[in-house]
Amino acid sequence: MSTFTLDDLRELLRRADEHADLDGDIANTQFVELGYDSLAVLEIASEIQRRFGVVVPDDAVLAMPTPAKAVEFINALFARCGA
Amino acid sequence: MTNGQEVLITGLGVVAPTGVGADAHWQAVLAGKSGIARITHFDPTPYPVRLAGEVKGFVATDRVPRRVVPETDRWTQLALAAAGEALDDAGVDLSAMPEYEIAVVTSSSSGGTDFGQHQMQNLYQNGPSWVGVYQSIAWFYAATTGQLSIRHGMRGPCGVLCGEQAGGLDALGQARRLLASGTRLVVSGGTDASLCPYGLVAQLSSGELSAVDDPVGAYLPFDVDASGYLPGEGGAIIVVETAAVAHERGTEAYSRVLGYAAGFDPRPDTGRPPALRRVIERALKDANLRPDDVDVVFADAAGVPARDLAEAQAISAVFGPRGVAVTAPKTLTGRLYGGGAALDVATAVLAQRHGIVPSTAGPTRLAPGCELDLVTSPRQPARLRTAMVLARGHGGFTAALLLGRV
Repeated sequence: MSTFTLDDLRELLRRADEHADLDGDIANTQFVELGYDSLAVLEIASEIQRRFGVVVPDDAVLAMPTPAKAVEFINALFARCGA
Repeated sequence: MTNGQEVLITGLGVVAPTGVGADAHWQAVLAGKSGIARITHFDPTPYPVRLAGEVKGFVATDRVPRRVVPETDRWTQLALAAAGEALDDAGVDLSAMPEYEIAVVTSSSSGGTDFGQHQMQNLYQNGPSWVGVYQSIAWFYAATTGQLSIRHGMRGPCGVLCGEQAGGLDALGQARRLLASGTRLVVSGGTDASLCPYGLVAQLSSGELSAVDDPVGAYLPFDVDASGYLPGEGGAIIVVETAAVAHERGTEAYSRVLGYAAGFDPRPDTGRPPALRRVIERALKDANLRPDDVDVVFADAAGVPARDLAEAQAISAVFGPRGVAVTAPKTLTGRLYGGGAALDVATAVLAQRHGIVPSTAGPTRLAPGCELDLVTSPRQPARLRTAMVLARGHGGFTAALLLGRV
């Protein structure tokens, strides 16, 4: 798995809340506005950890206020871990 | 005790083995219709106790905002639903009230055992990174208070009381204190839901559950054949406010909270008696009432012979042998721990409203020494103005609450 995309993130967000409205241009919308609080984002980070075997640091939530930032952060993590 | 302000119960919400909704619960209680049956939440076959009072037909996603479901245990979901009913019943628009003057104080006992069990299974079967983040907020005893506070924007002095079966009265006692010092309305009461393997095993360790495998014969408080009690899930949420606030809102009240007292049993080796008698006396004093002012006692009804005898003796010491009607509708639901005393209060309030003392289903022959006027079929007494609710929690928690007509 070399790149993590916005659609990959959408899939994880839908898993957390199947009724969330994620179809529009959500890249730069704050997670909290989409209805995902810090625990929800932490849970998504944990799911990424479980699925891809990368270690996601606990303060990752601070680096991921929006979907675009989250995708950027995760791809940087994959690059560092050689995933 | 409240700066001269009356404390009124203005809303009830019930989620119980007898029914979802205060009216459904009351109809079942009047009819003596038991909610006790073989456990269905998991296969109880390997366990010594296979019977419990389960809340039937409660689907969380139908009753609770969907985002809250993955982050809450069933115990909190039951409370959120009951609170919805109670707040509707009270006819209150919380958004129109000052947010720091409305509070939530619930009673909790088992906490999120079912949620926690699943996370423990993830931990042991898969590893630490498989434990879901919501474990951090779903299991602990304050989760229900927290979720209610968030959902309804109640930023006043919120809290939780953990006194096992007595906690429901202690939560109302705390609510009363808050209403005396600047809080206008409190969402109180409590629920419990520990019918999962981990929860049941924890309860079995008390040695007080009945292993009689008969829904009608297992939980027989004050009876010669008493063998312990059965557990249940559910409870009640109760809205309390000062009379001034209720009148301002133009809402009708069910009952008044007249008095409250709490105590704790001494250690068994001290030779001192259990706290119940003194707690009953102090509650009466707090209410400025005499024993013969009380029309009915909703008993704690532990179903454990020694505890039944202790309760009967305390009641007789204050009211005289067979000196007051005593009832325990909780044989229809089992003991609900964090939700138990709250449900008893809801039932007592409904009894006062309807003028009917519900019966105690099950017991047929009083155990020696239990000199009680136990109500075994519904009664419409000439006077049903004042009710006392008693509750004792595992370890020695003891509380009494007095309710009066408005």
